[in-house]
Amino acid sequence: MKIPATKYPVERFTLDNGLRVVLTPDRSAPVVGVTVVYDVGIRSEPEGRTGFAHLFEHLMFQGSANLEKLAHFRHVQGAGGSFNGSTHLDYTDYFEVLPAGGLERALFLEADRMRGPRLTEENLRNQVDVVKAEIRVNVLNRPYGGFPWLKLPPVMFETFPNAHDGYGSFEDLESATVADAQEFFERYYASGNAVLAVAGDFDVTTTTRLVEKHFGDVPARPAPSRPDFAEPDLTEEKRSTYTDQLAPLPAVASGWRVPDPIGDFTGYLPYVVLAEVLTDGDASRLVERLVQRDRIVTSIGGYIGFMGDEYQVRNPTALLLQAHMPPGGDAEKVLRIVDEEVDRLATGGLKPGELARTQARMATHHLRDTDAVLGRALPMAVLEEQRGHPGLLNELPKLISEVTEAQIVAAAATLQPIRRATVEVVPGARQ
Amino acid sequence: MTKHSLPDLVPDSKIKLPRQAERTLASGLTVIALRRAAVPLVELRLRVPFGRAPLPRATLLSQALFTGTGSMSSIDIAAELQAVGGGLSAGLDPDRLLITGNALAGGLDRMLEILAGVLTDATYPVEEVATERERLVDHIQVAQSQPAHLARTALLKRMYGRHPYAVQTPEPDQVKGVRPAQLRTLHADRVRPDGAVLVLVGDLSPDKAIDAADKALGSWTGPGKDGDIPPVPRLEPGPLLLVDRPGAVQSSLRLALPAVPRTHPDHAALQLANLVFGGYFSSRWVENIREDKGYTYGPHTAIEHFIAGSALVAAAEVATEVTGPSLLETMYELGRIASLPPGEEELEQARRYALGTLRLGMSTQAGLAGLASMYASFGLRLDYLTEHSAALSSVTREEVAEVAARYLAPARAVTVVLGDADRVENQLAALTTVERNRE
Repeated sequence: MKIPATKYPVERFTLDNGLRVVLTPDRSAPVVGVTVVYDVGIRSEPEGRTGFAHLFEHLMFQGSANLEKLAHFRHVQGAGGSFNGSTHLDYTDYFEVLPAGGLERALFLEADRMRGPRLTEENLRNQVDVVKAEIRVNVLNRPYGGFPWLKLPPVMFETFPNAHDGYGSFEDLESATVADAQEFFERYYASGNAVLAVAGDFDVTTTTRLVEKHFGDVPARPAPSRPDFAEPDLTEEKRSTYTDQLAPLPAVASGWRVPDPIGDFTGYLPYVVLAEVLTDGDASRLVERLVQRDRIVTSIGGYIGFMGDEYQVRNPTALLLQAHMPPGGDAEKVLRIVDEEVDRLATGGLKPGELARTQARMATHHLRDTDAVLGRALPMAVLEEQRGHPGLLNELPKLISEVTEAQIVAAAATLQPIRRATVEVVPGARQ
Repeated sequence: MTKHSLPDLVPDSKIKLPRQAERTLASGLTVIALRRAAVPLVELRLRVPFGRAPLPRATLLSQALFTGTGSMSSIDIAAELQAVGGGLSAGLDPDRLLITGNALAGGLDRMLEILAGVLTDATYPVEEVATERERLVDHIQVAQSQPAHLARTALLKRMYGRHPYAVQTPEPDQVKGVRPAQLRTLHADRVRPDGAVLVLVGDLSPDKAIDAADKALGSWTGPGKDGDIPPVPRLEPGPLLLVDRPGAVQSSLRLALPAVPRTHPDHAALQLANLVFGGYFSSRWVENIREDKGYTYGPHTAIEHFIAGSALVAAAEVATEVTGPSLLETMYELGRIASLPPGEEELEQARRYALGTLRLGMSTQAGLAGLASMYASFGLRLDYLTEHSAALSSVTREEVAEVAARYLAPARAVTVVLGDADRVENQLAALTTVERNRE
């Protein structure tokens, strides 16, 4: 089946203060998505301040020059919209989706906090409490909390930026100060370190003028130099095991380093496809073997990037496989069968039609995501930030469809046990 | 800074419904097709009435529906769907079996053909059913270790008593006893087109899509079975039910309040009252217990509609040490909305949010498909969006106050707390009568 493509228009320009802007109009629905992405994430946190990038994200919602605390939320929702933000390894995003008539309001709100959030002791203490509540919900009070995105990096990586807990320890969060926040803002939340993207129902000329009006006088600050977070590949297998007191059943996750997603995109893309060949749907290699035939796992997933953001992550990153097992499940055996299947792929190649159908399904997933205005604004902002190439979003279905069997086979051949980091969950709950 | 001030909103244009067609086939299956051509895909939703189907069998049926037909194995089904960029899956709620799918637009015919094969000729092979049964048992076991699931289970029992809605997840032991032959019987009995609704949305011509559905699904026939569920009982407020989860670092606070169906004259006013109270981030409850007090991360309330009744459910995960204070603030905010009218601007803000959310919800193929399918299962069509927008636009402060007094009064709440009972019981008992239930 021919893989279709999208042709979303892409307008790019840079304001005098260094802010890069991407406009991608599409008038098929009367809504707009607005996002600002800053080139700072979990990997840039200083030691002793784990979780700070995420805590700071919360502080960006607590008011700014023309906005009292709570005003941001009220203005977005009072325009009929929704908002959020999220902190990733390499970037932090802020976004709104609204009926088209709220566009200028969203630009005003983003510009106001780009000039500077209200960093007060009261807001900081309140948001430390909220973040602790978030960590309890997502990690401490639930089974498999943080598995594997917080649990595997310390096994796989040696250096603090790559290995540490991005949600943060309560101790580090509680010791954060307003001065820390001010310094973090000054350094990383610079106009030259940010990208604004707008997608949806708007006129490019009018919106260009509105962007100038609201962001034009944001003080110019250059992007800080970004350190290279590269680490050497593993030369021997790494293993770790922990007991999850809330988990009733065992689980296991493994990761293998992959080529630089930005420096070597051609070498990287086959791994994205490989993850799907291995785990997408009942007809995929590992689901067929481990779930259906051998019945030694109840589910298995494969993806790239610890947060599943394969086109929005920098080096170093990994291809991950994670599996949940039935009672008494044997992680050793699961890994052995994974190795066997990967080896079969690396030596025996693909079955007829296997690659084409995987690529077709990947195209559907991709196109489906881009149907939403935020599904265009967010990735385009990050693609601009990291690659200077937001139009890559349009090209991905075609690029995915051009990955060859030889590339998949070569990628599979690198998933060797000695390059693997593995974390096992031992169930600690009564069964 | 005076240079920058809050820009005005540009007023919304009128809601524009997508091009659509609808036909009820000879079999009794209703097909609705909507065109949104923004991306070259098609979304599919099929809802089949499944009320009062035996829960363990129905749940396993939904997991095993795609495990094989007379001519295709589960792997054939998955691979053939993938070849057109497609995928199909099934789920269950207390009223319906829901099949969800999507594919590249050019794959619509093939997806319908495969779906027809499953609907008319699913075989429930012994081996595959055994695999799905074990997976389902494990899945339920994991769910039962999750506080949100446990709290919901306890709340449903408390809300619905002996009504069929009281239990929505089967016990692992019940699932273990289900045999493939029972699934075949249930399928023959209940997976029927009569009363079912198929929704297709995407880069398609509505009339041609319905023709394609008619052609592919023509062989799916058979009478439906009466699965009508009796109306839900009135909520019986009683003592707060405290469910013990020793060692929990958070308590799961749940409250249920009465609500009305979408077609009820009070619905629009109640929806706005709910928003002002706790139904969105800029609500009193969220601003109070999260942004002021820091007790919780994501408190939320929603009006849940089932065929046999509606309810308003409020949920928050709060730190163990502030469980009592969280209940106190919740009762205070409910009491406030039930006793005093909302502010002018407060209501306008909630109204604009409600109206905007309708537009955002219909701005994607998947959103449209979900809305059209959900409305259809309540006998409504997409033009309900227009009617409901008009209703939301005309609600007054007095009307919100009036419905809030009737539906949101804390005296009417059914309350459940799941948490470390030894640490939270005294906190809660200072505020209300507590009944402890060791699960």
